[in-house]
Amino acid sequence: MAFDYSPYPYVPPPGLTAPEPRHKVAIIGAGPIGLALAVELANHGVASVVLDDNNVVSVGSRAICWSKRSLEILDRLGVGETCLAKGVTWKVGRTFHRDKEVFNFDLLPEDGHKMPAFINLQQYYVEEFLVARAQALGVDLRWKNKVTDVVQGADHARLTVQTPDGPYHLDADWVIACDGARSPVRTMMGLEFDGELFEERFLIADIEMQADFPSERWFWFEPGFHNGQSALLHKQPDNIYRIDLQLGWNTDPEVEKQPERIIPRIEKVVGHANFKLDWTSIYTFQCRRLKKFVHDRVIFVGDSAHVVSPFGARGGNGGLQDVDALGWRLAAVVMQKAKPALLAAYDQERCFGADENLLNSSRATRFMSPSEGAERLFRDAVLALAGKAAFARPMVNSGRLSRPCAYPLTGADDPALPMSARPGMVAPDAPLAQGWLSESLRGQMVILALNCPAPQIGITALQPEVTPLLAQRYLGQAAQALYLIRPDQVVAARWISPQANQIQAANRAVWEGH
Amino acid sequence: MTLITAANLGQPDDVYAALLAAHRGLTADQQAALNARLILILMNHIGDPQVLGAALELAKETP
Ligand SMILES: Cc1cc2nc3c(=O)[nH]c(=O)nc-3n(C[C@H](O)[C@H](O)[C@H](O)COP(=O)(O)OP(=O)(O)OC[C@H]3O[C@@H](n4cnc5c(N)ncnc54)[C@H](O)[C@@H]3O)c2cc1C
Repeated sequence: MAFDYSPYPYVPPPGLTAPEPRHKVAIIGAGPIGLALAVELANHGVASVVLDDNNVVSVGSRAICWSKRSLEILDRLGVGETCLAKGVTWKVGRTFHRDKEVFNFDLLPEDGHKMPAFINLQQYYVEEFLVARAQALGVDLRWKNKVTDVVQGADHARLTVQTPDGPYHLDADWVIACDGARSPVRTMMGLEFDGELFEERFLIADIEMQADFPSERWFWFEPGFHNGQSALLHKQPDNIYRIDLQLGWNTDPEVEKQPERIIPRIEKVVGHANFKLDWTSIYTFQCRRLKKFVHDRVIFVGDSAHVVSPFGARGGNGGLQDVDALGWRLAAVVMQKAKPALLAAYDQERCFGADENLLNSSRATRFMSPSEGAERLFRDAVLALAGKAAFARPMVNSGRLSRPCAYPLTGADDPALPMSARPGMVAPDAPLAQGWLSESLRGQMVILALNCPAPQIGITALQPEVTPLLAQRYLGQAAQALYLIRPDQVVAARWISPQANQIQAANRAVWEGH
Repeated sequence: MTLITAANLGQPDDVYAALLAAHRGLTADQQAALNARLILILMNHIGDPQVLGAALELAKETP
């Protein structure tokens, strides 16, 4: 059943009739990233106004693969369980060359995590759930409010906003540009968006059909049904399947968009004609980012800051990690618990994250769409060998799926403790006597004290009973440990037996952005 | 490990002849593909990124 796009109502904003008091935070764009940030800020007690030029959720499924980390973030925002219930859970990806499986991966081979490795869920659902949550939290959502100008002041920025009833001005201490890959704000500010465009085109189609494909990601190189090109299949809720077909650069998108061109191609993939086209699109790949994301009072988040090719699901998931890194810091700055300099840490961490996403996406794109000459020679050699020799299989690259970024933090560390919980990593989840560890690490600094006392230094302490899983993920061979964990669940520092002043110093460093 | 650049093949003439024999009767494209596979196989066998890096350097700086 196709998605019901009911438009959200436009309400004439107060600024049309009288100047509005200055806002703390104005968010431009109600895509998944702008909405997530508004909810995150509201959870921290910071009000924001969200301006969107449109009045419906994402047209087309667009981002469908949401990673475990994204689900943990969405869970903190209050929509994780709703997404999980609606989505199709998966963790195995299979890659075929011609008709033979040459490589597979399992993205979460262990139990004991609240959230699965991935779910597939259309972007319009994620946005719909976030809108409902934002509304419940009293976020000022303004549909049909198009930002047409941004002017930076000394301690704020002034927006010009166009509505069906004419324009108005809106001032905000902080303006967050979540206005997507084509970001008009980026253009208004004349910022360069560096990177590369790949000469490749993919057709993307959502089809509705009854079928029993397993809940896995299937990728084909040179399948019999799609001459010499690549193809990708994903299962979504509501009996919708996503099919991506490589078209090559020498195709005319206007011609390829026609249903009479698309339908025969899909018939060859699924082997019958018993399906309905739900949404189709043709896309090219770009891998680009802004040099920096924080420009005085204007901060770029999500696709406006960086775009990647879709294989690896690093667009939406990368954007949610931006929200994760910015939300608590911006809230602290707005509430004057930290200096604006703290925002530089957002810039550093997410430029690092964006580079990792760009590197992985451009490598996958290069493998899928090699240029003529050596790139194609070696790509074909890897595929040919993969059917015969195990070593070549991990070189087959149909996309390396989004994983949480491991930030290069310099917080105190004890190498005797497990690598997977070192400073810079997202604190691994584990079941507690009641609920999940990830549910207890939210929105504030936390001391996780395992088999040791937690000093009373004004930081919330968590002292769960140490189960074998907790010991495996946080202690390794050590008898005890103390972790300092940031509001975004990232490990800031850890010790086996620290002094209170060491923890205090590490805490200060976090709020100063070190 | 460092890259071995001293002679390391017991029977250099035999190995060289085997290399040529593997290419005989192939088109230029097939030969290129064979070499690509061979490089990947040997790279994996060597396994050491430092040795591979030094080998790439030596290959690049030789005109
Ligand atoms: C075909 C395709 C498949 C993808 N698959 C995946 C996937 O599987 N997993 C994944 O993680 N990512 C995927 N992505 C990427 C993902 O869709 C994007 O990364 C994600 O939508 C970015 O969210 P955003 O909120 O930054 O931007 P957008 O979703 O683009 O939202 C921007 C919003 O800003 C509004 N806006 C624009 N200009 C103005 C203005 N002047 N004033 C007011 N509002 C404005 C727009 O109306 C829009 O609502 C895919 C993308 C595509 C195109």
